[in-house]
Amino acid sequence: MVDQNIHIGEPKATLSMHPKKFALWLFIVSIVMLFAALTSAYIVKQADGNWLSFELPKIFILSTAIIMISSLTMHLSYLAAKRDSLGRIKWLLFITVVLGFLFLLTQYMSWSELVKENVFFVSNYASGSFIYIFTGVHGLHLISGIIFLLITFGKSLKAEVHSKNLVLIEMCMTYWHFLGGLWLYLYVFLLFNL
Amino acid sequence: MDSTVVNEHIDHAVEDHAHEHHGNFITNYIFSTDHKIIAKQYLITGIFWAIIGGGMSMIFRLQLGFPEATMEWLRPLLGDWITSTGKLDPEFYLALVTMHGTIMVFFVLTAGLSGTFSNYLIPLQIGARDMASGFMNMLSYWFFFVSSVVMFISIFIETGPASGGWVIYPPLSALPQAISGSGLGMTLWLVSIALFIVSTLLGGINYITTIINLRTKGMSFTKLPLTIWSFFFTATIGLLSFPVLLGAALLLIFDRSFGTSFYLSEIYIAGEALPNMGGSPILFQHLFWFLGHPEVYIVIMPAFGITSEIISTNSRKPIFGYKAMIISLLGITVLSFVVWAHHMFVSGMNPFLGSIFMLLTLIIAIPSAVKVFNYLTTLWKGNIIFTPAMLFSIGLVSFFISGGLTGLFVGNSAVDIQLHDTYFIVAHFHLVMGSAAFFGMIAGVYHWFPKMFGRMMDNKLGYIHFWLSFVGIYMVFFPMHYIGIAGFPRRYYSFTNFDAFSTFVDLNAFVSIAALITFAAQFIFLFNFFYSIYRGKKAPENPWNSNTLEWTTPRNPGHGNWPGEIPTVYRWPYDYSKPGAKEDFIPQNIPFSKTPESNLPHEVKEIEKEKAVEKA
Repeated sequence: MVDQNIHIGEPKATLSMHPKKFALWLFIVSIVMLFAALTSAYIVKQADGNWLSFELPKIFILSTAIIMISSLTMHLSYLAAKRDSLGRIKWLLFITVVLGFLFLLTQYMSWSELVKENVFFVSNYASGSFIYIFTGVHGLHLISGIIFLLITFGKSLKAEVHSKNLVLIEMCMTYWHFLGGLWLYLYVFLLFNL
Repeated sequence: MDSTVVNEHIDHAVEDHAHEHHGNFITNYIFSTDHKIIAKQYLITGIFWAIIGGGMSMIFRLQLGFPEATMEWLRPLLGDWITSTGKLDPEFYLALVTMHGTIMVFFVLTAGLSGTFSNYLIPLQIGARDMASGFMNMLSYWFFFVSSVVMFISIFIETGPASGGWVIYPPLSALPQAISGSGLGMTLWLVSIALFIVSTLLGGINYITTIINLRTKGMSFTKLPLTIWSFFFTATIGLLSFPVLLGAALLLIFDRSFGTSFYLSEIYIAGEALPNMGGSPILFQHLFWFLGHPEVYIVIMPAFGITSEIISTNSRKPIFGYKAMIISLLGITVLSFVVWAHHMFVSGMNPFLGSIFMLLTLIIAIPSAVKVFNYLTTLWKGNIIFTPAMLFSIGLVSFFISGGLTGLFVGNSAVDIQLHDTYFIVAHFHLVMGSAAFFGMIAGVYHWFPKMFGRMMDNKLGYIHFWLSFVGIYMVFFPMHYIGIAGFPRRYYSFTNFDAFSTFVDLNAFVSIAALITFAAQFIFLFNFFYSIYRGKKAPENPWNSNTLEWTTPRNPGHGNWPGEIPTVYRWPYDYSKPGAKEDFIPQNIPFSKTPESNLPHEVKEIEKEKAVEKA
């Protein structure tokens, strides 16, 4: 590709995307399809009747705020990596990880709140079960996101994340923003469709 | 940074190859990251499953063809699945039907076909050293392997494997009280398929990334062989539809094991009322068929691609309508996602929805017909060379026509009321998707065997294999249409219980005998395959005088595929019998400047670009 016998008039670099980043986007597409299936199942089931309406747990507002802030810290960490401020990368990644765990905790607390409202996972009303499925499956993916964050954090401790080595943190950021956006979608979906 | 790293990698690959690739047996042949080895692993596993899946169909064909005969002689194999009166256990019959469908659709025609040829041909035909991620590729195979092991174990458990049909509709599949196969067998089925989905996604992500990002110099999208186009669309369909099956399976798992009511509504079973209320079994059907229908295109599209390549090569003619072929593949890809409910015309769905899905379904006839037309016009007036691969490709076209025509019947929501779940459906999909895709796979094996193993398969055995299979398959599935039109339902253990169908006793016996002959013929292929790996005639580098890049590699391509630089691509892959050319084929890596005698006016401009290259 950089060698001298480049053939003029021929497509050189076919797509200027890193293969691993491209693969990550494809992975994201498959997650989108999973949740598209689950949320459309929700709508189909709702049209079927036997539906229980209830209040969404209040704590969802808090968890949404947490994941939004974590997206922000993730992004700041990426900017820090671009400017080679190695100390800030570590701290911001660390905060992101902590916020990720906090988010999982608030999601877990939302389950207790649901139980107090007498909305159970195992019940004859699919509306309740679906909320547990949404938060649970999203939570599983979020755990994978935290693992990704921890890997990036580990690399940043060895000073391997900097402006000349951005692929990892860029991919980590893409995935983390996606997971935040996915939760936002699920929350708004539930707000309008319960 | 990205490009330098990639470059370093490629340079290393070149050096690596200069001195032979090292590694022990385990890293080279078992946990290999080389796409060619992984492809062979998929092929061998696929063949293993094909024997089991085919063998199962022989057992239930014996039951259908000779319902009065004793099965006592199968006791050493099936044990207590043969009842004390020497009959096949009815529940085991259902298990056999279910496992035959599951194995053939997922393990043979998805993993065995797509897994083998996507892995083998994508890097070789686009000019890449390997897949985008060899590790992910290896992971993909081993997920498939573990999934296979789980499914294999499920065949041997006491309560039997899953028996609710390969479509696993709840409530049958959700309630262990309903049928013994819905116990542990169904759980293992779900685990196995979940692993299979992971494998397919890993593979698919890799295929798409490789095709988009790792093409060699000059390999623009309009110069890609049609095989690659078909693998590309196949992987895209898989990426979009398999996660939906995962979602459906997840909800089913919770219904089965945790007590939720997504699919289960008020049910009395064995005099006992279940606690579940308000679930919707139709919801499962929607979710399942949103994968299930695209899945049939995942099965057939790679076979289309392989056929395009083989028919063009062996007709010594450019493929007719290259762009039309790509557009029709794209059309099929898009349409495959909006026709799923034609499997549910009689499920209690809103009839208005039914008419919409009928319209969309019938539109698929257009791209399908375009493809058939192009195959036939490619053959038209060609200098046809009847290699076994070519015969199987033509066989595919034949099956696709005769099976596709009945698709127009069953796609019609009114006609489907009579035909739904009868042997007419069985005949339809076994021709259009089962046999056609199977022929595509076999054609691919015959055609690329010299590249895979460096030796030739025996042609005479290939011809015998073809004619027995081709005639046999028609003898099996043609009569089934009549049985189906008469209204006989599929999946029934015994049709002799109904007087109305006793006229079909002879026909069913005929079908069973034909099926046995067809199955037996496959062992000719197996012998040919394994014998030729070790004892076949040594293959030349380009035995079929073909144009695509894989034939520019050495007889046994090593790790990295090309010993030197990767060839540059100058032309499309179908320059066969070009007027004026010295030979009747011009490989993709021959520049236009070397073929002045055959260049078309617009290709002369290309030469100037090449000259500019030489100056630079």
